[in-house]
Amino acid sequence: MAMLILEDGTRFEGTAFGAKGNAAGEVVFTTGMAGYQETITDPACEGQIICMTYPLIGNVGVNDLDFESDGVRCAGIVVSELCDLPSNWQLKRSLEDYLCEQGVTGLHSVDTRALTRHLRTAGVMRGRIVVDEDAQDNEKPAAYTCGAAYEIKADGGLTFAVLDLGVKKSVLEAFADRGVTLKVYPADTAAETILDAGCDAVIISSGPGCPADYAAQCETVRVLMEKKPCMGIALGHQVMALAAGGAVKPLLYGHHGSNLPVKDLEHSTCYVTAQHVGYTIDADNLPEGAVVTHVNSNDGTVEGLRYAGGLSCSVQFYPDAGRGLYKSVDLYDEFIAQVRESAAK
Amino acid sequence: MPKKEWIKKVLVIGSGPIVIGQAAEFDYAGTQACRVLKEEGLEVVLVNSNPATIMTDTEIADKVYLEPLTVASLERIIAKERPDSLLAGLGGQTGLNMAMELDEKGILAKYNVQLLGTKIDAIRRAEDREDFKNMMLDIGEPCIDSVIVHDVQPAVDFGNEFGYPVIVRPAYTLGGTGGGFAENEKQLREICADGLRSSRVHENLIEKSVAGWKEIEYEVIRDASGNSIVVCNMENMDPVGVHTGDSIVVAPTQTLRASEATMLRNSALSIISALGIEGGCNVQYALDPVSLKYYVIEVNPRVSRSSALASKATGYPIAKVTTRIALGYTLDEIANGVTGCTYACAEPTIDYVVLKYPRWPFDKFVYADKHIGTKMKATGEIMSIGVNFESAMLKAVRSLEMGMDSLVVPSLEELSDEEIEKRLHEINTERSFVVAEALRRGVTMEHINQITKIDVWFLQKMKNIVEMEQKVRALGSKDAITRDLMFAIKKMGFADKAIARFVGCKESEIREMRKAMNVLPSYRLVDTCAGEFDAVSPYYYSAYGTATEAKNTGRKTVVVLGSGPIRIGQGIEFDYCSVHCVWALKRAGFDTVIINNNPETVSTDFDTSDRLYFEPLMPEDVWNVLEIEQPVGVVCQFGGQTAIKLAKSVREAGYNILGTDLGDIDAAEDRELFNQLLNSLGIPQPKGTTVFTADEAAAAARELGYPVLVRPSYVLGGQGMEIAYDEKHIREYMSIINMNVQEHPILVDKYLLGREIEVDAICDGENVLIPGIMEHIERAGIHSGDSISVYPPQHLAPRIQRMVTDYTINIARSLHVKGLVNIQFIEYAGDLYIIEVNPRSSRTVPYISKVTGIPIVELGVRASLGEKVPAMGFGTGLYPPAPTVAVKMPVFSFEKLNEVEVALGPEMKSTGEALGLAETAEEAYLKGFASTKMAIPKPEEGGVLFAIADHDKREAMELAETLASLGFEIYATSGTAHKFNHNYIGAHSVPRPGEDTEALAKLFDSGKIRLIITTPTHGRDPMRAGFRLRRMAVEYGIACVTSIDTAKLLLKCIKLGKKEEDIPALGLHDLIL
Repeated sequence: MAMLILEDGTRFEGTAFGAKGNAAGEVVFTTGMAGYQETITDPACEGQIICMTYPLIGNVGVNDLDFESDGVRCAGIVVSELCDLPSNWQLKRSLEDYLCEQGVTGLHSVDTRALTRHLRTAGVMRGRIVVDEDAQDNEKPAAYTCGAAYEIKADGGLTFAVLDLGVKKSVLEAFADRGVTLKVYPADTAAETILDAGCDAVIISSGPGCPADYAAQCETVRVLMEKKPCMGIALGHQVMALAAGGAVKPLLYGHHGSNLPVKDLEHSTCYVTAQHVGYTIDADNLPEGAVVTHVNSNDGTVEGLRYAGGLSCSVQFYPDAGRGLYKSVDLYDEFIAQVRESAAK
Repeated sequence: MPKKEWIKKVLVIGSGPIVIGQAAEFDYAGTQACRVLKEEGLEVVLVNSNPATIMTDTEIADKVYLEPLTVASLERIIAKERPDSLLAGLGGQTGLNMAMELDEKGILAKYNVQLLGTKIDAIRRAEDREDFKNMMLDIGEPCIDSVIVHDVQPAVDFGNEFGYPVIVRPAYTLGGTGGGFAENEKQLREICADGLRSSRVHENLIEKSVAGWKEIEYEVIRDASGNSIVVCNMENMDPVGVHTGDSIVVAPTQTLRASEATMLRNSALSIISALGIEGGCNVQYALDPVSLKYYVIEVNPRVSRSSALASKATGYPIAKVTTRIALGYTLDEIANGVTGCTYACAEPTIDYVVLKYPRWPFDKFVYADKHIGTKMKATGEIMSIGVNFESAMLKAVRSLEMGMDSLVVPSLEELSDEEIEKRLHEINTERSFVVAEALRRGVTMEHINQITKIDVWFLQKMKNIVEMEQKVRALGSKDAITRDLMFAIKKMGFADKAIARFVGCKESEIREMRKAMNVLPSYRLVDTCAGEFDAVSPYYYSAYGTATEAKNTGRKTVVVLGSGPIRIGQGIEFDYCSVHCVWALKRAGFDTVIINNNPETVSTDFDTSDRLYFEPLMPEDVWNVLEIEQPVGVVCQFGGQTAIKLAKSVREAGYNILGTDLGDIDAAEDRELFNQLLNSLGIPQPKGTTVFTADEAAAAARELGYPVLVRPSYVLGGQGMEIAYDEKHIREYMSIINMNVQEHPILVDKYLLGREIEVDAICDGENVLIPGIMEHIERAGIHSGDSISVYPPQHLAPRIQRMVTDYTINIARSLHVKGLVNIQFIEYAGDLYIIEVNPRSSRTVPYISKVTGIPIVELGVRASLGEKVPAMGFGTGLYPPAPTVAVKMPVFSFEKLNEVEVALGPEMKSTGEALGLAETAEEAYLKGFASTKMAIPKPEEGGVLFAIADHDKREAMELAETLASLGFEIYATSGTAHKFNHNYIGAHSVPRPGEDTEALAKLFDSGKIRLIITTPTHGRDPMRAGFRLRRMAVEYGIACVTSIDTAKLLLKCIKLGKKEEDIPALGLHDLIL
């Protein structure tokens, strides 16, 4: 009998699947009903143990199209029921096979609802999936970036730099689809390098971990924000806020899922968003001159900011989750248009 | 955006009588809407002709009109009430159509009534085929390509351009006959030519076929500011080709990748945005299983059956939110009542599997065509919730109350492999069980998938169930079941009873063993948020192997057993009773719990009772809830036969049944005990006996003398009831009824051709209150649920009324009834006989409550709690009759059910009912007919065709003579015409079906026949001429009356010479002063 042991000693029994071995990491639950492949390959969950609240996982297996990075980023996954026979026309391998291939451990037949309810009240904490008491824990630091800078060419005339703190493939695709050439830089790239190479705007990407651990990047971003319009996404949103003198605070159990309602104050509308964050901007310590543009309809937390000067902005959610989540407002289009307009001046 | 402050008085249109395709879901939606309007402090005027609904209670709306849903009737009410606005999107297609007609006729403008919610032009865009297609084209959403042709060549051109297969649908054909799939040009030429010949207007619709594609639904909601969300998506296990109302449906989708789901989600949201929907909306898709290609099949710009399902599946109350949107609120301003801390702009997320299974009426209609396709046939549905698909499926099968608790169907087990293979190709109501049987025999999933197109994902889950069943069967003994295995079996959803049967022991043994092993169910919450937030509305389902969230509250709790799926004979009336029971118990200070599984109803609204358990209504499932709740009482008398059947199990488990004792229930239901009781009271009943075999039945019938009434004991809705005229007939009946093993004997009674009388009474064990006596228009032999019922009685002598009162009091007292009792009588040759006593609520309770103003259910509940009837303020004995006349008319769904006999008989056939309420009986009849869409014939509109059984010919002649004297052309089938002409009543002789069907069809087509009066001989053989004639009447949409008594009533209305609009609208508040 394998189990998940939380930091506070709470234990949840289950059956191991995927790669043999133990895993350790921050345990978070995500409420998205579909899209486990996207979730576990999203660099924002690097090092975490992900608990899926939807009970049937693995139904459509794993395909070649829906990756958010080149492999599984989380340290382990915890599910209620693992599908015995996945079915989908794009199916390439089962989830179990994929986890084996990627060396990631899973735990199924877990009472995921009880785990969720525990985390909901006790808050996010670390935990271990223990399959073999004697084995080493597979543990990864909560950080992810590309090894070297690269470029994605498009022919719309604009070039954006991307500070890769763990960017999702679908975000890159979204800009590329909109005709924006992207220069993607590793997280430790100096601001000068980025500015010297030239760009019309900078995307500060989403990614894993606590924003306070990104002190060096805050400095980089502070410089970038002075020179270029910046758009921050998720972790990038928080790093921008820190860089601009604001503060962040942890959420009890984070915002993880694809049904989070956000009020867009600039457009007087609300929409559903996908998120994977553990922190939020402290509304009492906003960066100087920043205006709140988005708030969470459920808990009232800050979900978006616009900075003095009007071009730089950031949101806590993925503006483009699940490759094109419908919204009445397209924040990418809007940002691109503003950058284009300002570049024309 | 805040509420529109100018709204003060809202007219709400209900959906009218229950018919196939439009059932209790609109009572649920309408009731929610009215409650929201009242919460907002608005005055609510409600119009609905269906008296069995909760929405038509004076507690729900300020002004309630049980009036016909016609433009004339609505205009009268608008003129009288002068509402400033109209809410129509919650009354189904009927409500929407009425709103459109009121708008088209300028009535809304004339009285300055604003339509709330989705605008008229948006509705029109969604409803009009061409407009909709063009709009979809504009926004780049693909619709299925189709073309209307009057010739073969354009069809071939279409096929060659858009590809095969294509479907040929001839317009206006009998029973949807003709047409079909064409795989290539050659086939298309043949089928198209055939179709054109069979079409009355020589027209075919040629459509690209997507049969076999995945059918996916999106329930979406949008506010006037353009905010929109997806409440729920659903996947039909039955691929495209089967009406979604007849499909097994799961939520959420299971076999779609996130990106596929997102693609359809975005499509649905952009469609409702382009349409300008304000409120709930349903979008249906066909999705290619092997590409990203999809088509929009249909958009319902209103709250629908699917939205009721989505509401119950997620806990997101679509009708409530839709109503608030109509009032001007935006999604982010509307609180989520389940969590109390989130808002309606958050998409629900669920952590369980929901399964909907249709309930078809084919247990009653044994000869009917059981194939399912594009025309919906189910009368109701059940929903089940499980932590996995398997348990949801097995719970669903139990909830259907079809006598099954697993996927094993003995009659299928007997078939050969070839026959099973053949049946896999048939798309009918048995398909899921045929699939299970095929899997049991080792047919590969790939093969089944090739034939049925059911996704392998579903087949694998079905296979898991079958394999577990085989594994358990192979054990041979209960002792071989280990704890781990027991846990696995229960987690998969198997009932103890099924396990017991597999290993050959008693259910109680499995139950005890399971408890000893500590394999116990837990109860999890439906909370809209997968556990992310703490929910405040306790709405539970059971699971094994998870932490339980339900706990005993320690408060004084009463459990009310619901009535399960809507079926013929057990309809929405019982939900009305269950809900009123809960309200009465709450007022009496109890915590209330409902157990039910019907997603369409008010009883399963999470805020009706204090706690809701969405579970099958089988002993095991009920016991488990009772063990948690430890109620002080269980109520079994309001949930129809479903609940009363559970009384014994509840009592055996040691729980207290509120109201009439189990022994007394038995005394009413058990034939022998009941005979003894009536004998001791000196109350006569038709002679009868009980039998088991065909020989016994034949012998009994010979002794009683034909005709006899045969029926199983313990049934509702006259299920399996028939009048037998000879021995052949009785043997045929017994062979059908004994196809299923009968636990209880069959009753054989002398059949008395008299006047039927019915009462509902409240008794505290001693004192009796009879709110009113109802008289049936049609003489005995037609099921009481199918008869026209009139209150107060119009033809009963005071002596008979006194006898009815006395007998009722005596019987209720002798049975120690605590609560409600329903008694049916026959007046025959001046004497009064008892035919049935039901120690429970009945289908007439809602209607009599409404027209007498006596809250019958509440009084019944109070009586069962020990309160004395004289203290209730309505006196005892027979309550003085109301000054108005109320007529309850049955409504049928024959056009949806092929091969079903239209003529009425002892077996119930109606799906719903409508009310006619007026100051005189004739006016009430007229309104009642208007509510059932039976327009009163006029001589200038066409003639009347008679096809009369010999024993009715004398009476029919009088009718024909009067009709002829009023100027109607009289037509008659050969035998009848001969008789008429012989008696100097001029009648055109017409051939019977079978003699010259084509000539008859031509006559029907010509519009010369306005009404058909046809009485049946006997037997249910679909090949008989009378049967065919009546079916043709249905197909041609010609009014068809199958009883001389009904015809006479119609004649009274004709003679009255009034139009519906001449009769004033009466509100319930006008009656009860």
